[in-house]
Amino acid sequence: MTELALASPRVWSGRRVVIGALAVGALAVIPAVASPFQTITICYGLVFAIAALGFNLLLGYTGLLSFGHSAYFGTGAYVVALLVKYLGVASMELFVLAGILGSIAVAALFGVVCVRYTRIFFGILTLALSQVLWSLALKLFWVTGGSDGLRVPTPTLLGGLGGPGADKVEFIAHRYYYYVLILFLVATAAMWVIVSSPFGKALQAIRDNETRAEFVGVQVWKYRWIAFVISGAFTGLAGALWVPLNGLTTPDILYWPFSGRIVFFTVLGGFRTFVGPIVGAIAYNYLETYAVGFTVYWQLVLGIVLVLLVLTMPTGLVGTAIQIFERVRRARRP
Amino acid sequence: MDTLVTQILNSLFYASILFLIASGLSLVYGVMRIVNMAHGNLYAIGAYVAAWAIGLASSELHVSLLFVLLITGALAAALAGAIIEPMFLRPLYRRAEEYQLLMTFGLLLVLEDVMRLLWGPHPLTASALSEALGSISVLGATYPTYNIFVIVVGALAAVGLGAFVYRTRFGVMLRATSQDMRMASALGINVKRVYVQAFTLGCLMAGLGGAVVMPISGAVLGMGVDALILAFVVVVIGGLGSLEGALVGALIVGFVRTLGITYFAEVELAILYLIAAVVLFVRPAGLFGRA
Amino acid sequence: MSLLETTAITKTFGANRAVDAVDFTVRAGELLALIGSNGAGKTTLVNLISGLLRADEGTIRFSGKDITRQTVNQRIRAGIARSFQLVNLFDHLSAFDNVALTIFARQGKTRSLTTLAGRDQAVADESMSILKEFGLAPKAPTLAGGLSQGERKLLDVAIAYALRPTLLFLDEPTSGVSTREKAPIMDVVTSIVRSGNITAVVIEHDMDIVFRYSDRIVAMHQGAILADGTPDEIRRNEQVTTTLIGTGETA
Repeated sequence: MTELALASPRVWSGRRVVIGALAVGALAVIPAVASPFQTITICYGLVFAIAALGFNLLLGYTGLLSFGHSAYFGTGAYVVALLVKYLGVASMELFVLAGILGSIAVAALFGVVCVRYTRIFFGILTLALSQVLWSLALKLFWVTGGSDGLRVPTPTLLGGLGGPGADKVEFIAHRYYYYVLILFLVATAAMWVIVSSPFGKALQAIRDNETRAEFVGVQVWKYRWIAFVISGAFTGLAGALWVPLNGLTTPDILYWPFSGRIVFFTVLGGFRTFVGPIVGAIAYNYLETYAVGFTVYWQLVLGIVLVLLVLTMPTGLVGTAIQIFERVRRARRP
Repeated sequence: MDTLVTQILNSLFYASILFLIASGLSLVYGVMRIVNMAHGNLYAIGAYVAAWAIGLASSELHVSLLFVLLITGALAAALAGAIIEPMFLRPLYRRAEEYQLLMTFGLLLVLEDVMRLLWGPHPLTASALSEALGSISVLGATYPTYNIFVIVVGALAAVGLGAFVYRTRFGVMLRATSQDMRMASALGINVKRVYVQAFTLGCLMAGLGGAVVMPISGAVLGMGVDALILAFVVVVIGGLGSLEGALVGALIVGFVRTLGITYFAEVELAILYLIAAVVLFVRPAGLFGRA
Repeated sequence: MSLLETTAITKTFGANRAVDAVDFTVRAGELLALIGSNGAGKTTLVNLISGLLRADEGTIRFSGKDITRQTVNQRIRAGIARSFQLVNLFDHLSAFDNVALTIFARQGKTRSLTTLAGRDQAVADESMSILKEFGLAPKAPTLAGGLSQGERKLLDVAIAYALRPTLLFLDEPTSGVSTREKAPIMDVVTSIVRSGNITAVVIEHDMDIVFRYSDRIVAMHQGAILADGTPDEIRRNEQVTTTLIGTGETA
């Protein structure tokens, strides 16, 4: 074994609770202490973190590496845009609900094809299916706006706040930020329960040894499919939350490099831990926002960093940090 | 009648390209159990390098000599492969499968932008070559001679690769390693060398495919991922790891696509995926594959 | 009546008849050793009975019911479990979780996404007690990938045992383990099997172990059953001693 996953966390370890509380506290005060631009940046980071949580249910916990998660993010986003276009909806709650339902439907369908057989095909199959969606978004321009995409105005939160007339920056940097933060915390809690449940353990067993999982009575492909659908739902939620931030949805978020970003920030944070993907998403988003001005060859940078990560720091930022911490702790003990 | 002839020739043309790409992918998987996500971009590198070399030389050399320069694409891809395998893949053989996929995906991203960096966002082409050969009359139909050239290249590649894998000593080592790596190693086969050679050969095929198709469709950013997905459909149908499978799969996909384009242009891609999905359901290992 | 009975069961791989029209029976409560040289078909027979492979011909009856076409899952629910020759564990889960997960699966609790696995005290207690029976309790929190080879072998059997099967197949439970560790493994296995009223079929190569622990021995050769009897009978069987043990010497 060259790397072992980090040992099962002691559930209510005091240190973890403190760190968690501090992190939540810090996130909560951001709009009060940071500039609107920084707040919005973190808001994007939280949205991507939700997508990463969903993605990592498949990778870190079920052992399935999907290269087509843009399909669910994009479904979430386009469902919202289409609700605006055809039904004039402005309620964020409806957006969230519809985005999740839409991505569940797509994930359920794609999942049936993808999880049925060997892992070898899984990666390219997910990629291929997301490309189909992308080409549909591009071709069916009378529905999707083609490469111009569809605009989405400021939504209304909880029936009253915001709405198409409101001052956008003010809205996003405050009310919408808290809305996203709360959903992020709910999503994180939900995912944590899922991975700590007996179902979550079964997924990990499937990840570690598919044959043995079968031989202890776990129905491998059914559980993989369920994980796939849940994963799609979380990523779709992220897409639905993203589009009001961005104001616009285009086929670019269905195109394969976007899936690559999701893979990248999950691996950056560390896919064998629970919080790794969250940290990776927020860190990545920060980097992208500030560094994208430096070079147009952003994909090259991502690719090089990914290659280096795999070779030298496979457990990612969080994983490596924990390993260092453990080593220091062991050295201190007599 | 002449439309039928054209259809058949188009199918064979398309199948040739597909075979060149898919055989490489299948070979690498068969020997090394690696799915190379960057494989399509090696096809793209073949196209770009060949276009570039021909572009450099075109004012000076006669068109017939430019054909020889197509090889540069194949060689560039092979060289890339010879560097990639030992540097980036070999360190990962003992690790979990996910890392190999992540690595090849990282390489995909790198190669995509390297092509953008070196050659810019606009397509390169060498249409002088495809035009130079003009057209030829086949059973009453007029057909571009260049396409026939591609079909010939594809056929020669199939025969050559088959002969190489099934009749040479290296081929025996290749097949032994692919069947049982540990046993092959115990028998004294230098598995490391077989791996890098197999990978290089796979990349060579892909690069050759890119190079020969370039005078017709140009070297375009994004062609790599499109090719990867098509190659994948071919190996799903034919069976991952099998050369006969790559050939048969390429022919099937070639014919279906040509028919599809003629009658259902919009959904051509969907038809291919439908066939792949059906094959996955009915015979998951593919027509010739072993699990 | 036998607990398990195969009738003319056959499995062919290409030209090779790995299991050739075998009539194999297992009686309730016994510890049966399945012996034979490599390639004799022992593991293939176990693969057929446990459901990893589908039989080409023949039938398998378990407790009177025909299970030939049943899935792996159905066979597990019926009471058949197996361990593996090449250790097959959930390497990134702790020893405790390896067993706990098996118990969850057995009880159908793996369907649950909304309860915390760590909170199920009954499962935790059962998992620890099984680990204790196998002498693995001190290693409960260690990841399976970090255990010694002998411990891994024991855990492999423990997982199969955690399914509370009626019929347990153990595929070379002492292979790859130092001679010193072999007897303790077999001691644990036999005591568990006897006290738990489990019928066990053990594939073994080590003849000392075979003669010491088994109630009955079935010898296979080239896909067919060569001999079937008590350890004494087998010891005296010339065909077996020459084909398998080599020289006609007895253990």
